[in-house]
Amino acid sequence: MSGTTANPAYMPAGNDGRDERAASRLRRIDRFGDGLLFGVCALASLLGAVVLLLVAYQMIHGASPSISKFGLGFLTDTTWQPNFNVYGAGTLIFGTVVSSFVALAIGGPIAISIGLFLSLLAPSGVRGVISPLVEMLAAIPSVILGFWGILILAPFVQSDIEPWLHDWFGFIPLFGPPQTTGASVFTASLILTIMIIPIIASISRDLFLSVPHEMQDGASALGATRWEVVRGVVLPTTASGVTAASLLGLGRALGEAIAVTQVIGAGSKINANLFETGDTLAARIANQFPGAITEMHIASLYYLGVILLVIGLISNLLAQWIGRRFDYARSVAR
Amino acid sequence: MSDAGFDPTAPLTASGNLRRRRVVSRFAESGATIAAVVAVAVLGIVTYTVVSRGAKAISLDFLFTGEPTGIGPAILGTGLIVLLATVIAMPIGVLIAVYLTEFSGSRVSGFVRSTLDLMNGLPSIIVGLFLFVLLVKPTQNLSGFAGALALAVIELPLIARGSQEVLLLVPSSLREASDALGVSRWRSVLTVILPTALGGIVTSTVLAVARAAGETAPLLLLTPAPIGTTFNFNIFEELPSIPFTIFILSEEANPEGFTRAWGCSLVLLSAILFASLGARALLARSRARMTR
Repeated sequence: MSGTTANPAYMPAGNDGRDERAASRLRRIDRFGDGLLFGVCALASLLGAVVLLLVAYQMIHGASPSISKFGLGFLTDTTWQPNFNVYGAGTLIFGTVVSSFVALAIGGPIAISIGLFLSLLAPSGVRGVISPLVEMLAAIPSVILGFWGILILAPFVQSDIEPWLHDWFGFIPLFGPPQTTGASVFTASLILTIMIIPIIASISRDLFLSVPHEMQDGASALGATRWEVVRGVVLPTTASGVTAASLLGLGRALGEAIAVTQVIGAGSKINANLFETGDTLAARIANQFPGAITEMHIASLYYLGVILLVIGLISNLLAQWIGRRFDYARSVAR
Repeated sequence: MSDAGFDPTAPLTASGNLRRRRVVSRFAESGATIAAVVAVAVLGIVTYTVVSRGAKAISLDFLFTGEPTGIGPAILGTGLIVLLATVIAMPIGVLIAVYLTEFSGSRVSGFVRSTLDLMNGLPSIIVGLFLFVLLVKPTQNLSGFAGALALAVIELPLIARGSQEVLLLVPSSLREASDALGVSRWRSVLTVILPTALGGIVTSTVLAVARAAGETAPLLLLTPAPIGTTFNFNIFEELPSIPFTIFILSEEANPEGFTRAWGCSLVLLSAILFASLGARALLARSRARMTR
């Protein structure tokens, strides 16, 4: 691959010694250039792995005082009291999981529907307009979304959506009585929903576009309605890819710090009621790290980071694994 | 889907079932359409709010001076941090893309792509914490440089994957022509392949910049400077930035601060939206040119 140029053009042309010398010089330069380019590129490519290892090492290193003091009990302990130097991540893990899954539960179906609309329903002119607009949604910085969330979305959620949900579904503990401010786990979930929709929608649109047309036409020819084509052909062939896309969206939601900090209200209790305040791992780090002074406080915040990193890597690796199996199934089917 | 009661000799007329199936189908179609409308509406509402509220704050003084109410220093800070991040991330990203398309076997490239995707999935706050231990803790010095490195880590996988996709689009006939002329690999990469793909590489870089410019979490940890009244060009000191300013002002319950935050949001959002819209248009053009 590198450095082995066996091109006739470099062979000495005649008996002229100068030509030969020039050619051999050129050959040396090219061998050096090829080797250099290959080496630099290979080094750059290793950088990704190096950064990941460094991140893992530095996070665990930073967290080590807390890890050795609290151990695995940290994961389930629900007290977080910097004044008494007692830390536990239970509430935060709960808040992270609940807010992200609610976001996925709302955003997933909407995003997949958008994917279906863009790939199968929309005429190409409409698709050309709506597709970039949906991707624009992903370009809104989270801090702006969070700011909008506090001032515009939260009051609306508190005065309209939450009472409505409470009136109709109040028998489910999730939809308890609304609080006085709109800062709640539910509002945070809505913001996360807005953030993950474009991710899942654009991936699933591409997936749906890749479903072979013969299969869809075959189903239509057998008398299937449009929905039945989707239900019977499109979704089953792309199921694993859509799952992978949802996991990517979930990973994004789990790790979002800023927008969640702004709207979730930094609660410190585990509540079944979505309309109460809560907190997540990432939001707690963003909230307290700049002001943390004691060593144990900082180390515990790093411990939160380690947990977040592990959860994030698992969801990401799972998405990659499912996605690859999907690629494999595709290539066999072809 | 069971065909237990299937009768091949039955007349081909619509049964009552068909109407129900059509209704279900119509229902699903309108559901999908509504979902798309909702997403676009949310984008519209957010943009409208930012524009209508931010416009009140915008003035020449607001943009270009460091008066108590101006955000000039923050614009400069964001510009410096993002520029430095891009200067670091772009060459490395392009080299990775070259490695993936020109040099590596499928197994190695699978591994590299997998690490890039994992990097892309790192929560930005983790990137911030990482650079805090790596740079800030040993030197006891919060700096715009640390923030820029964090943004470089965020940009790198985006640039690498984007450039890789563009490099894959370079027609193989160009590579073959170059090989047939006896041009060595490094010359053909530098003089044929990269120039052909340049438009696409620039586009994916711009998209990565648009993403990084709005990141707040790493800046909150690494360079949390309030806007001063003076412009600061020293990247080894704490630099103010637009996203961090929005964050700080949004945490204070101060109506005047809110107006300024909307102003900052308008500046940031319009820069990002224009950059990514423009980049997308360029990408579509260069893609069309290369695949023609």
